[in-house]
Amino acid sequence: MFRTIALIAASALVLGSPVLAETAHQEIEDVSFAHEGPFGTFDQFQLQRGLQVYTEVCAACHGLKFVPIRSLSDAGGPGLPEDQVRAYAKAFTVYDEESNRAVLWDSVKSEMRPLKDSDNFPINNTMGAPDLSLMAKARAGFHGPYGTGISQLFNGMGGPEYIVSILNGYADNPECAPEGMDGLYYNTAFGPGGYPDSCKIFEETKTVVTQDDGTTVEKIEKKEVGRIVPGSWIRMSPPLSDGQVEYADGHDTSAHHMSEDVASFLMWAAEPQMMARKWSGFVGVGLLGLLTTLLYLTNKRLWAGIKGKKTA
Amino acid sequence: MAGIPHDHYEPKSNAARWLYKRLPIVGLLYDTLMIPTPKNLNWMWIWGIVLTFCLVLQIVTGIVLAMHYTPHIDMAFASVEHIMRDVNGGHMLRYLHANGASLFFFAVYLHIFRGLYYGSYKAPREVTWIIGMIIYFLMIVTAFMGYVLPWGQMSFWGATVITGIIGAIPGIGEPIQTWLLGGPAVDNATLNRFFSLHYLLPFVIAALVAVHIWAFHTSGNNNPTGVEVRRGSKEEAERDTIPFWPYYVIKDLFALALILTVFFAVVGFMPNYLGHPDNYIEANALATPAHIVPEWYLLPFYAILRAFTSDVWIVIAANKLSFGIIDAKFFGVLAMFGAIAVLALTPWLDTSSVRSGRYRPMFKWWFALLCIDFVVLMWAGSMAPDALMGWMPAISLIATAYWFAYFLIILPLLGVIEKPLTQPATIEEDFNAHYGPNSHPAE
Repeated sequence: MFRTIALIAASALVLGSPVLAETAHQEIEDVSFAHEGPFGTFDQFQLQRGLQVYTEVCAACHGLKFVPIRSLSDAGGPGLPEDQVRAYAKAFTVYDEESNRAVLWDSVKSEMRPLKDSDNFPINNTMGAPDLSLMAKARAGFHGPYGTGISQLFNGMGGPEYIVSILNGYADNPECAPEGMDGLYYNTAFGPGGYPDSCKIFEETKTVVTQDDGTTVEKIEKKEVGRIVPGSWIRMSPPLSDGQVEYADGHDTSAHHMSEDVASFLMWAAEPQMMARKWSGFVGVGLLGLLTTLLYLTNKRLWAGIKGKKTA
Repeated sequence: MAGIPHDHYEPKSNAARWLYKRLPIVGLLYDTLMIPTPKNLNWMWIWGIVLTFCLVLQIVTGIVLAMHYTPHIDMAFASVEHIMRDVNGGHMLRYLHANGASLFFFAVYLHIFRGLYYGSYKAPREVTWIIGMIIYFLMIVTAFMGYVLPWGQMSFWGATVITGIIGAIPGIGEPIQTWLLGGPAVDNATLNRFFSLHYLLPFVIAALVAVHIWAFHTSGNNNPTGVEVRRGSKEEAERDTIPFWPYYVIKDLFALALILTVFFAVVGFMPNYLGHPDNYIEANALATPAHIVPEWYLLPFYAILRAFTSDVWIVIAANKLSFGIIDAKFFGVLAMFGAIAVLALTPWLDTSSVRSGRYRPMFKWWFALLCIDFVVLMWAGSMAPDALMGWMPAISLIATAYWFAYFLIILPLLGVIEKPLTQPATIEEDFNAHYGPNSHPAE
């Protein structure tokens, strides 16, 4: 019997995982990243290229406020030499943090200074662009099926895949949508954006309501039951185009390749200790596995005198 | 002290005698560790050790995390990122703590369902069961408050929704909600008190765990047959039992090591699998997430909370009978607390004279259905109400109905109509049936 219970409990664990009901359909591409799986490690050069894309493209509007510049030289990350990190920091000119305080006579506010490697990447939310520090963990590319969380168990959460899909998900305005959606751009991977009623499928239910004076009125209720096209409309204009960045290592600069590089970089930015964590995982599993084996043998020997041979 | 007769501690040296007269602490430890334990316990009896370990793990990692965490709405999220990035081993501490909560609940559910199947709640173990239920309830409260501390979107909105259900209590609800939150909405005062209580409650749980262990050390362990250990004499008791040390200590440690191996793999290789991506977005009172869900271990009760919508006949009836005081929201709150209350009342709802489900042919099936029901509720709690072409509310309602029916109708009735199988006369007989009488060199 307890086997049944254990089985049910195990399935409960799978079911209970972050499960979200399928909201709007989003087209997410499964990209194979170097850091995936227990044995996966970040590709240092890909992270460096991603940093370049971030700096030359994304940083115009987005910030990375939780990421310290100095961590660019950390092991398990982009691994830039320290003098390069210092030089990288100096390229930014920022307002000092102190200026955020409300003082009547602000002597600091107008002063700008170069960024130091002890600072974090600057805060930037131009046009309401969200901070990217945790973006690769704050979005899930994979869901379901049917709220079971099985997809994420095998494919991972899909944060970087989501980023790649967004960056490549721009498509022509579908026929069902009106022209010029208030400066929004149609994107097949973006879920929570604006969506015109003309692309939704509605189901109408008519109910006849009898009023107090005896007359009847027909009430029509419209309920959204589906959507014609995947994704939704996003405020960000298509940020990447082929050849926009020039890689020093001569790597392919197609928009898709650049998006993979920057997604990998953002995964590192969100989880800079990933390599250390996986190493801890191996040490933990290894030592505990050894302990388990020893305890198994001890237990077997200990009980041998009590149990004798199993008869049933 | 009542209990199974066994050898007690005898101080041997002069120093030991000296201490024993003044503080018999060594004797207490000896009696606790050498307690006679039924020799037929199966692998479902290991969860107690796992749970004790979880409590220690959560307290130890939690204390270190608290050294680096800042309970202020402007700094909480950043301080968690500081832990993840800058504190030595901080990312492991936090992932161990977050996934440790999952292991804690995983183990407690197996522990509870073990008790439900083998009738561990029945006389004379009702007090053990009730204390266990209080511990479980405090675990829920503690875990809920802990989830608020990182101050992500799910933290904030989860806190808003769950404290909102207190506000559903007619009349006194809103003042109580304001009092709990420390203001009209979830804000800095809420975060501060949640942090304070999240730190306090684990120690209350630890004290209750001691009482829980004391209680079943008084009544003796239950076992898979549900047959009591013979207590006529020490010799008789020794044929049904073996001392906890070393037999069960080693067995339990083996099981714990195996479980921790899997646990470490989860922490090392997929630490965010059981979490929610939205909680990596800093709390924002102006942006409501599309879909607010609690952590997996609270989902079954969340499903029960949401199951009673205003078009369900029992809600309409309750509304009419109470002259409108009980609305759908308040009904859901009552149902959610009721779902835990019926669990706690099981000792008095089960009328069967047979303890173990092994010898109850009809009960077995209803119990299996309850296990499935629990998983269905968990799944239903995670789904949006309009998912599956609008079938979710009906599924939640049926699953909720079975939960209550099991405790309030099926358990009381089964005791009357079911014909139990013959139980073994003694634990020794059951054990020998499995391993053969010649396996006892002492006899």
